[in-house]
Amino acid sequence: MFDNLQDKMDRVFKTLRGEAALNEWHIDNALKEIRVALLEADVHFKVVKEFTNRVKEKAVGEEVLTAFSPAQQVTKIVRDELQGLLGGNEVGLALVGSPAVIMMVGLQGSGKTTTSGKLAMHVKSRGRRPLLVPCDVYRPAAIDQLRIVANNVKVPFFEIGENRNPIDIAQKALAEAKTLLYDTVILDTAGRLHIDDELMQELQTIKDDVRPSEILFVADAMTGQDAVKSAKEFDDRLGVTGIVLTKLDGDARGGAALSVKSVVNRPIKFVGVGEKYADLDVFYPDRMSQRILGMGDVLSLIEKVETEIDQKEAARLAERVAKDKFTLEDLRSQLQQVKKMGPLSSLVSMIPGAGKISEQDIDEKAIHRMQAILDSMTKKEREFPQLINGSRKKRIAKGSGTSVQEINRLLKQYLQMKKMMRTFSKGMGARRFGKMMKGLPPEFLH
Amino acid sequence: MTEPKKSFFDKLKRGLFMTHTEIIEKMKESLTPDLPIDQSAIDRLEEGLLGADVGAELTMSLVGRLEQRVRDERITNMERLTQVIREETRALIPQRKASTIEIDRAQPFVILVVGVNGTGKTTTIAKLAARWKNEGKSVILGAADTFRAAAIEQLQMWADRVGVALVKHKAGSDPAAVAHDAVAAAKSRNSDVVIIDTAGRLHNKSHLMQELSKIHRVIDKELPGAPHETLLVIDGTTGQNGVSQAAAFLEAAKVTGMIVTKLDGTAKGGVILSIMRQFDIPVKFVGVGEGADDLIPFDPQDYVDTLFA
Ligand SMILES: Nc1nc2c(ncn2[C@@H]2O[C@H](COP(=O)(O)OP(=O)(O)OP(=O)(O)O)[C@@H](O)[C@H]2O)c(=O)[nH]1
Ligand SMILES: [Mg+2]
Repeated sequence: MFDNLQDKMDRVFKTLRGEAALNEWHIDNALKEIRVALLEADVHFKVVKEFTNRVKEKAVGEEVLTAFSPAQQVTKIVRDELQGLLGGNEVGLALVGSPAVIMMVGLQGSGKTTTSGKLAMHVKSRGRRPLLVPCDVYRPAAIDQLRIVANNVKVPFFEIGENRNPIDIAQKALAEAKTLLYDTVILDTAGRLHIDDELMQELQTIKDDVRPSEILFVADAMTGQDAVKSAKEFDDRLGVTGIVLTKLDGDARGGAALSVKSVVNRPIKFVGVGEKYADLDVFYPDRMSQRILGMGDVLSLIEKVETEIDQKEAARLAERVAKDKFTLEDLRSQLQQVKKMGPLSSLVSMIPGAGKISEQDIDEKAIHRMQAILDSMTKKEREFPQLINGSRKKRIAKGSGTSVQEINRLLKQYLQMKKMMRTFSKGMGARRFGKMMKGLPPEFLH
Repeated sequence: MTEPKKSFFDKLKRGLFMTHTEIIEKMKESLTPDLPIDQSAIDRLEEGLLGADVGAELTMSLVGRLEQRVRDERITNMERLTQVIREETRALIPQRKASTIEIDRAQPFVILVVGVNGTGKTTTIAKLAARWKNEGKSVILGAADTFRAAAIEQLQMWADRVGVALVKHKAGSDPAAVAHDAVAAAKSRNSDVVIIDTAGRLHNKSHLMQELSKIHRVIDKELPGAPHETLLVIDGTTGQNGVSQAAAFLEAAKVTGMIVTKLDGTAKGGVILSIMRQFDIPVKFVGVGEGADDLIPFDPQDYVDTLFA
């Protein structure tokens, strides 16, 4: 339902023609769509408001000068802004102190225990000696659960014996780590509600006692609007140092990432992507922003086009069109630009919803044949296509291994393109027209 | 509804009740009594709905209806406005009244409990067991979460605490076999209720959803017509993904009812409005804490009232 954000944006900008700058009316309409997309992704409504205001500031009056449609241009501003908010300050775990202490905190059922096991395995693989410590004395069998997890990842487990006080457990574990030379202590605390004053106080006491170098807030990617309230309370009370987003292997859009990030303003250090202990990934702000917007990899496509296209060549082509001098020679040059971007199928696969387009729909061969036909023409023929008469067609067909019909078809397409371009170039700045020239002509997709 | 109306409000005072006061307070801030309702009042209402996880689509359609009626009916006061919001929201929900689990419909009455990871399935099962045990029913639990570390131990501890029987196999064994044995045991022991716990699973993992369908089938084979209820446990802090969860579990396990947990926090669970509307699955109970008695029957009218008193 939301994968067509780009389509919606295209519709919004359809009426924007021949303007040199993005205008406010269009941006407001685009932002309405973006607002809905963000809300449906569970970004907190206040965060959405701030965000759309920022995007608006950036977008209004921005020159229409990139290689893309205004819709794509605004999408790109949105994506960049989102990505900037989500990431930027990526850092690994801060493991300071001997031992270094990591404290796992969060609401009930967010995934602290499983993540503790994953982290233990992660630091172990980097040559550290972790100790897993159960501080959840409340939930039935929580201690058994961590013991099994520790056993599975082959990491030592702190046996609490008769001890039933999380504060004592943390202290004793620290002492044991010192004598037995464990360099990383991971405290798995009980899930709790942020409004449970007594239990929040317990966490503060543990923190003051053991001085953890990391306090990781573990948040479920499926969380809704409440993410802001809980994250804020945990952060206010404890000073969270990082965020772990769990259950990202689900299909939630994960707007909670942005909500939590906006209140905690600490890096999202890891994401959980499965139930296996190796299913812990570093956080990719670019992927996350696209996921939140629900728009597939269309932006990678934009970027690819952006980097591969020769800007000077594009400007030259635009000028030719503007002067109504677009020839087969120019078409050939445009084809070469398209080919530089790699196989069309790989480009198309980045378009959301492209699963529907089968390999056969993209006729790579047709492009090669067009190229062959153009190559078999003389330079003069390409510059003055009206020269191409019957006998020349036969010669070109032979040289390119095609048929006269195919040459006729190409010439017809060329004339159509030329006509279309002329219409568009009227009332449209040459610069904006250059942008259009760089896009893939629809003829290449059947 | 089995419990006095008051207790619903009492129990939810800390959580849901805040919704009503918050929304109303916000609206009062922006209203002058007897002056026409202005845009800012409606904006505040919209934020209240969004903040309660009602979702953009539903919120916008509700707000649209509201604006329409404010115009058409020339609504000028707060009282009338909240009444109208209530009506409109109620009209969205197909469920009219509290929907209980009628365990007397069959014996043994088999309940399968499903949901994504960490929503509160196991705890909810303990709460349900305690409830029926207190009514003098004999209850058997089936530990068909054989996957998560110490899931069986967790349910065992609850069974001991509540004082009900448990059927379990070894960790890692076939969950369908556990479900089968739990039903068979209930039949031979003449038990009243069997409640089967399952491993939390993300609804987009087809092999895990197929496993659930298999458990469902095996139960039906052992006792035709069972499970008599399949309960989807939804975490009250869940956002719009709840809709996709409901769709998938409905398809794989023929969900017949929902339980919304963790409403003792600050989350409002508004996504259930969309779920109820789209799939017509009734909410049976609400979880409001970690203790065995922190479970209260859900009443849709009261729920709406608490949202917009
Ligand atoms: N505050 C609050 N916590 C709850 C509620 N219901 C369950 N919990 C807590 O949520 C956590 C997870 O509960 P479980 O019952 O283990 O959840 P589950 O769905 O069985 O989890 P998995 O089997 O791991 O998928 C535990 O810490 C419970 O105590 C509730 O209504 N309110
Ligand atoms: Mg469980």
